[in-house]
Amino acid sequence: MNNRATATIHGWLLLLPAMACLALFTHWPAIASFVDSFMSTPRARRPARFVGLDNYQQMLADPIFWKAMANNLWFAAGTIPTSIGLALLMAVWVNDKIAGRTLVRMAYFTPTILPMIAVANIWLFFFTPQYGLLEQIVAAFGGRSTNWLGSQDTALYAVTIVAIWKEAGFFMIFYLAALQAIPPSLGEAAAIEGASRWTFFRRVQFPLLMPTTLFVLINAVINAFRMIDHIFVMTRGGPDNATTLLLFYIYQVGFGFWDTSYAAALTCVLLLLLALVAFVQYGWLERRTHYQ
Amino acid sequence: MDRREFIGGTAALAGSLAVAKPALAQSAELSFFYPVAVGGPITKLIDSYAAGFEKENPTIKVKPIYAGTYQETIVKALTAHKSGTPPVLSVLLSTDMFTLIDEEAIVSFDPFIKTEDDKKWLSSFFPGFMANSQTGGKTWGIPFQRSTVVLYWNKELFKEAGLDPEKPPTSWAQQLEFAQKLTKRDAAGNTSQWGIQIPSSGFPYWLFQGLTTQAGAILANPAGDKTDYANPGVVEALQYWVDLAQKHKVHPPGIVEWGTTPRDFFEKKVAMMWTTTGNLTNVRANAKFPFGVAVLPAGKKPGSPTGGGNFYLSKKASPAEQEAAFKFVRWITTPERAAQWSADTGYVAVTPAAYETEAMKKYVADFPQALVARDQLPTAVAELSTHENQRVTKALNDGLQAALTGTKQPAQAMTEAQAEAERILKSYR
Repeated sequence: MNNRATATIHGWLLLLPAMACLALFTHWPAIASFVDSFMSTPRARRPARFVGLDNYQQMLADPIFWKAMANNLWFAAGTIPTSIGLALLMAVWVNDKIAGRTLVRMAYFTPTILPMIAVANIWLFFFTPQYGLLEQIVAAFGGRSTNWLGSQDTALYAVTIVAIWKEAGFFMIFYLAALQAIPPSLGEAAAIEGASRWTFFRRVQFPLLMPTTLFVLINAVINAFRMIDHIFVMTRGGPDNATTLLLFYIYQVGFGFWDTSYAAALTCVLLLLLALVAFVQYGWLERRTHYQ
Repeated sequence: MDRREFIGGTAALAGSLAVAKPALAQSAELSFFYPVAVGGPITKLIDSYAAGFEKENPTIKVKPIYAGTYQETIVKALTAHKSGTPPVLSVLLSTDMFTLIDEEAIVSFDPFIKTEDDKKWLSSFFPGFMANSQTGGKTWGIPFQRSTVVLYWNKELFKEAGLDPEKPPTSWAQQLEFAQKLTKRDAAGNTSQWGIQIPSSGFPYWLFQGLTTQAGAILANPAGDKTDYANPGVVEALQYWVDLAQKHKVHPPGIVEWGTTPRDFFEKKVAMMWTTTGNLTNVRANAKFPFGVAVLPAGKKPGSPTGGGNFYLSKKASPAEQEAAFKFVRWITTPERAAQWSADTGYVAVTPAAYETEAMKKYVADFPQALVARDQLPTAVAELSTHENQRVTKALNDGLQAALTGTKQPAQAMTEAQAEAERILKSYR
């Protein structure tokens, strides 16, 4: 056997464990869900049979699905730009030589390392009517009492804010790393040229951060659509589905109602949505992010 | 377990070892899922019961697994069932009975009832609890941590409001009247103390069923294939609940959290609350003021749903495991232990005999509030339970929350919920 063939075999063998995991836990479930979405849900006495597009037709007529979809789009619109903007702001700030820099960095990063369930429980207390933290602050300024999580008008905002709080610190870390990778000579040159802080940020730092922004954006989109844990603790999708997001609804259909094939169809829609977003991001945005 | 029982158990064990029956020497491991829905050290109690049982039955290992809330526990139990290795025994909501039968996840207890003694045991439970445990002439669940909805009131706040601290409201009208007296507002119109609170997160249908029963309506038929959400009584009950918050402003607006309701009560933010009797021990330990417990006020009549969990036997377990599990179920539902469990948690003891034990008599002499849930049982109805229970119940829950948050009128919300339930249940008739 020649060297080339041996190297090829070695290469594939090295890839094998990761490929096996990827196929087993990512590709196979995705294909299985796709197949299942055209079948009926198997029951104890009624095995699954082919039903064609029935599950998708049911989805079109399902008001809760549309509600979840709309909620999720609002949730994404609320979390993605805000958390990225905040992350950038915090990163630029803690990148400077300010007093107590390490402490501030740590404070910003803390929400990320806390388990989501614990976070949700803390926020549940913040939002508690009458004696919760938020209420006490509002009351100190003479405001009216609000049932943040228990009212249709505020519940989705309330869970959106928790997500922003959680995400911003995480994205800050990427920005911070990217900022520190920018050669200091650029800053020195700008200082000699007499560029203002804002010009330096707008013309030098921000363009150089574009690849990071793209990476963070992709993560933010994925996170916005896979958000589920704090919904469980804080609202369970209520009141009247006001905070039901797509993944939460999939869980409810799949594991609450055990309507597995309808859940599979919903999953396919979620996958398709994410694939579209990834296509736009990689196919179009990426070509425009690199500073030339 | 007292010493006498322990000695008895040891003697029985010595006896069985002496005859050395091979059947008894066969060991079984008994995995046991259970949920926690109320405050208090439930996991520690269950572990101590398991240890007590093992001491008397050394051939059987009991492995209690705390599996989360009721919702999480049934998800785990059914997932385990579908993957082939379910827990031998689990405590799940009594309302999950139809779902478990439809999934062929459980076996009925009837084949295990062999002797006269067994039959006597099966008929020893409160009939009110068996309504959610039997269907089609078979017994599918054995009552364990069962409850009803009761009214807790703060005697201190009653006195402050000029009410008799020993007299809870007994009718809907009186409940409203008391709540009005108990609600405190400042000059700006902010409420610092609410008269009454009925939680509506997670499973609002259960507390709502108190109101519908009092209005004379029954939400579902015993066969679990027909609901009656649009019944005028149901709409009337919902209107009363909505009015408490929106018209009379004596109940917090919007959705009220189930989990924080006892805390609101401890913080004196609310003077009367509706919650499960299972919270009794929690309230007793944490309320820093004298409090009362009463049966729910009557509308056209008094009433409350039963609630809580039953024991279920897995169909996929081996016969030896099922036999061992049955033995454990019988052991833990003896009057002494049912009484102990009730005193430790506040849940209703599942048999009348438990209330005749010395320990229970001593406990209620000291704490008469513990009797209220039992006294309410004669007017209690079965908890809402149907085929595809979660989905049919969600239709009602969504309607209730829509009405309580003011996006739909009660009549419209209930008509829509009924239409949805009808669509789902049609194929089961």
